[in-house]
Amino acid sequence: MPPAITAEGLVKKYGDTVALDGMDLSVPEGTVFGLLGPNGAGKTTTVRILTTLLRPDAGRAAVAGFDVVADADRLRAHIGVSGQYAAVDDHLTGAENLEMVGRLYHLGAKRSRRRARELLERFDLTDAADRPVQGYSGGMRRRLDLAGALVADPPVLFLDEPTTGLDPRARTTLWDVVAELVAGGTTVLLTTQYLEEADRLAETIAVVDHGRVIALGTADQLKDRIGGDRIQVTVESAVDLETVRRTLAPLAIGDVQTDAVASQVTIPVVNGAAALTAALGRLAAEGVVVRDAGLRRPTLDEVFLTLTGHHTVEHTKESVR
Amino acid sequence: MTAITSPRVKAPSVRVGPLSTLRQTMTLAWRSLVQIKHNPMELLELSLQPIMFVLLFVFVFGGAIAGSTENYIQFALPGIIVQNAVFATLTTAIGLNTDIAKGVFDRLRSLPIARTAPLAGRVIADLTKQVWSIAIVLGLGMLLGFRLNNGPAGVLGATALLLVVALAVSWVSVLIGVIASEPEKVQIFAFVLLMPLTFTSNVFVPSATMPGALRAWAEINPVSVLADAVRGLLSGGPVATPILQSLLWAAAITVVFAPLAIRALRRKT
Repeated sequence: MPPAITAEGLVKKYGDTVALDGMDLSVPEGTVFGLLGPNGAGKTTTVRILTTLLRPDAGRAAVAGFDVVADADRLRAHIGVSGQYAAVDDHLTGAENLEMVGRLYHLGAKRSRRRARELLERFDLTDAADRPVQGYSGGMRRRLDLAGALVADPPVLFLDEPTTGLDPRARTTLWDVVAELVAGGTTVLLTTQYLEEADRLAETIAVVDHGRVIALGTADQLKDRIGGDRIQVTVESAVDLETVRRTLAPLAIGDVQTDAVASQVTIPVVNGAAALTAALGRLAAEGVVVRDAGLRRPTLDEVFLTLTGHHTVEHTKESVR
Repeated sequence: MTAITSPRVKAPSVRVGPLSTLRQTMTLAWRSLVQIKHNPMELLELSLQPIMFVLLFVFVFGGAIAGSTENYIQFALPGIIVQNAVFATLTTAIGLNTDIAKGVFDRLRSLPIARTAPLAGRVIADLTKQVWSIAIVLGLGMLLGFRLNNGPAGVLGATALLLVVALAVSWVSVLIGVIASEPEKVQIFAFVLLMPLTFTSNVFVPSATMPGALRAWAEINPVSVLADAVRGLLSGGPVATPILQSLLWAAAITVVFAPLAIRALRRKT
């Protein structure tokens, strides 16, 4: 089966700023693909090119078999887009917003209305259906926007930071919807700054930085790539942190991280179980009181840090509209 | 739980046909007009400025300028309708600017619809609002003693001409809507450009009373020639020359601003 989305060497420049610097992607049909990276990494630019809103300066891409430039008109019939900002009309009601989209797809007045009601119900917006969107909360707008992307049940769906600004419940609803869509054969490309989200939803994750893919794989593959496990030791008293660091440094295969606030030291190791036993023995010999010690897999943030030298969400705030 | 899927929509042909384009345009015009149902104040806002102008100018300045309010309203009302029509084209700029800022414009562009439909739908809705505000000002004028000497035919002719010119000016409005960074900037633009434009015309006073250069400008100002044409059509008098001049202005504005507006819109991609 041909991939639902392909991109080869996409380049996009804004003046001197290089937004995309040779972006390559291949997304198999019926899977969720996550683009993970910080703000400004090129995630949104990629989505805008793949949804025909922006022309690439170089490279090419195809969605559902249609070239994003040459076949843009036909391509648009096969995609749904939900952007970073809720693109809904404030002066229309929730139902009218969705009916408008249905009519633009020529579903007819009756079917548009029915489809709007179905989607409003699915996204817990039935009670607000006939109120102007002006009075909606940020989370309600985002849900309505996503519903708008689903009106024509597109085979390929683009979600640009779909859960930014959503409360936990709405986030779970969205995750359920994505899972349901994919079970029905939809291909989903989503961008996120949240490691948890990529980990949870996406079968394949592309780590993006400075406009290109710097790592690609399943969450587990990416974690394996930076090697081994993490021993995480929490001590009773922060004064012991330095002792723990010094004592365990010989076991580490990479940078030892100290978190003074959590009184925690994290050490990358190989042979996790044996290393943990050794670590606890050394700490006992030093007389350090350990409150908690355990072994865990690296987080995607650590993957990102290892690959790029900086954190994913270090300087970015969750934006709530 | 409701099923999230529905029958897949068949891919339309590469080019959107004229009938589909028309339906999409009408859907988007409906979108702009149905808002009035939820926000009836919008209609009042559209009418407030011209109503103020009619009342203030007719009663405050009317006697001084034309000897009596009755004489003055017969002179000034057609001009105030024109001034209002020019200002009302900014509705397009504000609406478009808001759509772009909020991402609605992108959402529409990602749909399999005719490229022209979003713009055409908006402009059609805004021209409909124009008819409404022409009716309001004319109605108020008639209550205050404005006489229609050419009957319904004159009113229809004047409305048609106003819409043609408003359509042309809409291209300026589209350009502003695309390049303005926020709706407030559109308002500022209106004040610094449209206020002087509509006041250096014969809308409120005959241009014969103005000093040399200003008078020369006031006589060719598109607002003046359109005001002359509307005056002729509504209350009688020569119409051929001002109508022709108005249409020439409309053509000139379209030739200059339509390509600029379209280019600015394309740049957004």
